[in-house]
Amino acid sequence: MNNTFQLDGEEIPFTPGQTIMQAATAHGSYIPHLCWHPDFSVHGSCKLCTVKVNGRFGSSCTMEAQPGMEVENRTAELDDKRRTLLQMLFVEGNHFCPSCEKSGDCKLQATAYELKMMSPHFDMFYPDRPVDASHPDILLDFNRCIMCGLCVAASREADGKNIFAMGGRGLLGRRVHVSSESGKLADTDFAATDRAASICPVGVILSKRRGFVVPIGRRTYDLAPISAQVTEKAP
Amino acid sequence: MSDTDMIDAVLDRHHHDGTRLMQILRETQEQLGWLSPATLTHIAKAIAWPRAQVEGTADFYSFFHTRPLGRYRVLWSDNITDRMLGNTDLLEAMCKKLWLEPGRVSEDGLVSVDVTSCTGMCDQGPAVLVNCRAITRMTPARVGEMVGLIRSETPLAEWPAEWFAVDDNIRRKDILLAHDLVPGQALAAALERGAEKMLAEIKAARLRGRGGAGFATGLKWEACRSAAGHGAGAAHYVVCNADEGEPGTFKDRVLLTSYAGLVFEGMSIAGLVVGAKKGLLYLRGEYRYLLEPLESALAVRRDAKLLGKNILGTDFEFDIEIHLGAGAYICGEESALIESLEGKPGRPRIRPPFPVTHGYLDQPTTVNNVETLAASCLIAAHGSDWYAQHGTEKSTGSKILSVSGDCERPGIYEYPYGVAVRQVLEDCGASDCQAVQISGPSGMCAAEAEFDRKIAFEDIPTAGAFMVFDETRDMFEVARNFAHFFAHESCGFCTPCRVGTTLVRNLMDKIARNHGSPYDIDELFKLHRLMQGASHCGLGNTACNPIFDTLNKFRPAYEHRLMSLDYEPAFDLDAALSQARQMTGRDDAAAHLKNGAEA
Amino acid sequence: MNAPMSPPKKLRVATTSLAGCFGCHMSFLDIDERILKLLELIEFDRSPLTDIKHCGPCDLGIIEGGLCNAENVHVLREFRRNCKIILALGACAINGGLPAQRNHLDLRDVLEEVYQTEHLLGRGGIPNDPELPLPLNKVHPIHEVVKVDYFLPGCPPSADAIWKLLTDLLAGRTPTLGHGLLHYD
Ligand SMILES: Cc1cc2nc3c(=O)[nH]c(=O)nc-3n(C[C@H](O)[C@H](O)[C@H](O)COP(=O)(O)O)c2cc1C
Ligand code: SF4
Ligand code: SF4
Ligand code: SF4
Ligand code: FES
Repeated sequence: MNNTFQLDGEEIPFTPGQTIMQAATAHGSYIPHLCWHPDFSVHGSCKLCTVKVNGRFGSSCTMEAQPGMEVENRTAELDDKRRTLLQMLFVEGNHFCPSCEKSGDCKLQATAYELKMMSPHFDMFYPDRPVDASHPDILLDFNRCIMCGLCVAASREADGKNIFAMGGRGLLGRRVHVSSESGKLADTDFAATDRAASICPVGVILSKRRGFVVPIGRRTYDLAPISAQVTEKAP
Repeated sequence: MSDTDMIDAVLDRHHHDGTRLMQILRETQEQLGWLSPATLTHIAKAIAWPRAQVEGTADFYSFFHTRPLGRYRVLWSDNITDRMLGNTDLLEAMCKKLWLEPGRVSEDGLVSVDVTSCTGMCDQGPAVLVNCRAITRMTPARVGEMVGLIRSETPLAEWPAEWFAVDDNIRRKDILLAHDLVPGQALAAALERGAEKMLAEIKAARLRGRGGAGFATGLKWEACRSAAGHGAGAAHYVVCNADEGEPGTFKDRVLLTSYAGLVFEGMSIAGLVVGAKKGLLYLRGEYRYLLEPLESALAVRRDAKLLGKNILGTDFEFDIEIHLGAGAYICGEESALIESLEGKPGRPRIRPPFPVTHGYLDQPTTVNNVETLAASCLIAAHGSDWYAQHGTEKSTGSKILSVSGDCERPGIYEYPYGVAVRQVLEDCGASDCQAVQISGPSGMCAAEAEFDRKIAFEDIPTAGAFMVFDETRDMFEVARNFAHFFAHESCGFCTPCRVGTTLVRNLMDKIARNHGSPYDIDELFKLHRLMQGASHCGLGNTACNPIFDTLNKFRPAYEHRLMSLDYEPAFDLDAALSQARQMTGRDDAAAHLKNGAEA
Repeated sequence: MNAPMSPPKKLRVATTSLAGCFGCHMSFLDIDERILKLLELIEFDRSPLTDIKHCGPCDLGIIEGGLCNAENVHVLREFRRNCKIILALGACAINGGLPAQRNHLDLRDVLEEVYQTEHLLGRGGIPNDPELPLPLNKVHPIHEVVKVDYFLPGCPPSADAIWKLLTDLLAGRTPTLGHGLLHYD
């Protein structure tokens, strides 16, 4: 059999060793995802990329493509599940988009638009999460963290610095640790030019003094939905 | 010795090796009481790890304290069986006597009291851990005495020895517990056969894993054996999974207490088959008290030439090291266990690759349950034909059950596979049984109509837990206890389980407060469907099993509690005005709200 | 055979602003001349746009704002009892919005800070007039207290989004918002 599989009935070519996500992305097909980034090793935590392969659920960012696979992606069943996962991410943190600098450029928000999430559905948790403004150039607002691990990967794999690590357990404990005894970013050698400074898909890691350089209405996902920007160069 | 000298001594003992971080943190904490920010910085430097990673490990595990929790840290085992034995009242009484709120440290920094997941003493509860030392059979009198000992700051070593007594309570023996092997007999037989024939015997005996998943042991060993090691540290490893975290399970504790030689011998046989020189036993932190006896048992075996180089005069070399966990159920999952063995948070890995090709230190590793390894000795000594005569066609051999709950004789029962649930109930003296939770919260809840079903891989598979509930028990409360367990133990890695287990817990609490409606039951089903398919590992996939089972089999237990057919808020509206009432001193009619439909 | 077309019965709509800023209502009015077309299809019951004090039986209830005090809860429940469909309009009704930023503080501290600190409203003490609604310990979005049928996020939702949603609802279509209409900010 040749190296193709079916994604919602469309034929997708792949090279052996590629994941379903990699192959679909290369082909320009959108599979919702938050924690996957083409430049970094897979994390597999958000589960937005859940697909059904030959009738079984799996994460398309970790599953290798196989010839002849029949992959369901944007079915009502899967998008329903994804919407619920998004709602979970919204209620476990504090997301007030009107006062978030990331609004319009945020992957969580754009994915929620794509999946027509109209409300958080669940009761809000309103957790107490820290904000760290200690660094001269960078603000950390963990109220919006979705635990995707991309900052950890970028700092380790691209910057060679290991400024961040995921720690803690469970809903209350899980968090991103900053590598200093004070826990403050200012006490690390983090720089605004680090790859990790621009990797966060949501509004946690933000450059200071850059607020509203691009006006609302002209930002990344104002221009086109996230599903129409699959092949755009990721930040 | 200063604190830093002390930490350095620990670090030296572990060769400043970051993969040994769990042991470094535990030993440090055993001496200093907690892991301060400065301690973590010091350790991170010494092992040359990013500090955030050290902190990430330290705050993942329940038994590592990154803030001071008192010189006496009392943790009440909070399994449903402890609940049924009255732990809630005892904990409350203890807190009252100590003027403490659960989870808080006393102002003088002396003591804290809290709950923890099942400590594996279900047949002799209510149980507590004091500074990670197991104490069984708590009573009101013991609570009083304990409070006195804490107040007078009496060292644990001077507390009454009988408090620390842990009984085996073996009630029924079958081929494993009644074995007549002498130390070395099984291993000698295996060596005589050689690795390949030994593997063939295991396969022919159709041995399957006792840890829950029931994977064919022969296939696992074969896959590990044929996988090549990688790089400079190329090696094969045997890991014995003694995490035994599934609430209601305590048979591995008994095996490690009274059959440790058999377990070590099984590990050695596995080592012979897969080509490993090193075995690691991952012992749950709750069983800390077993560490010294197990170390001595290892020493005895080394002296007897059953471990080390030239075992029994052959050129087979194998030794075993014990690693302690630190209070995290997820570390029973084999890839999370391996992460923990490497000094990291117990986060299940992405699979494939599986441990048999990329396990401990990325090398081929077989992870097996304590009981599986012990059973392999019987096959080595008596052969596969003999072994396969016991049990059923698809489930050969025997299974050890940990029986607890509403019965006259809780304890350890070993049966050939194929025993009916009803038979076990009869043997343990369970009358008026309403339901049995088999294989723990992640297993299944069997109701009366299913009591003729059999314990076997082809019918009701189990890791061993067998919790009995009589007619007086409220199966909703049982399920709610399990929902709390999963919310506490979710590792937090993936969205569906991290958030879902807490949503499920909150919904169960809402129903318990009589604020539920049919809407909430639909929500529970919806979360079950999502978590079962989308979660990263078995914990999230099975976390809703007890809810699903009890909703199907004991639905009225939920329905009794529903407040109305209409949607209801999860919180008490009137209580939501309490702070304003307090601040304004008002108590007029308009200063109150009612839940339920308004007149 | 179809029944002869009688002039369609107008749908009755009630609106209210709970813990909101009336921004969503303003955005509603921004539908401009389209409101005339809308008024051919609907009539208003209780609303800031009318003088009706209590909500009667309605087809649609539109709620702006979350729940900040006891009065908000009473009004919300009155709407839920009387309206066949409840629409949560705007960020505050949906996730608490700006007022919910106080949820990280203890209400007692807030009251103390505001009413008992000299340079603020100090002198009078915390008002305890039974006419005044008591604040809730925490701010809640409305779906935490009653069942909500439709949601339209935005701070505020745009006039176009409101128009699209209402025309869908009035026509009996399940509302859908395409790219650019669904916004959380
Ligand atoms: C959440 C979770 C917890 C587990 N806990 C244990 C455990 O405590 N002990 C155990 O032997 N296996 C446990 N397992 C199963 C292991 O992953 C693994 O399958 C087992 O140790 C393999 O040994 P076996 O083949 O001998 O059964 C657990 C699995 C999951 C998903
Ligand atoms: S991170 Fe994204 S979803 Fe969260 S508040 Fe900011 S824009 Fe909204
Ligand atoms: S800070 Fe941003 S990049 Fe890092 S884990 Fe959180 S959401 Fe992901
Ligand atoms: S299912 Fe639960 S325990 Fe397993 S990886 Fe996900 S969060 Fe962790
Ligand atoms: S993109 Fe696959 S799990 Fe996040």
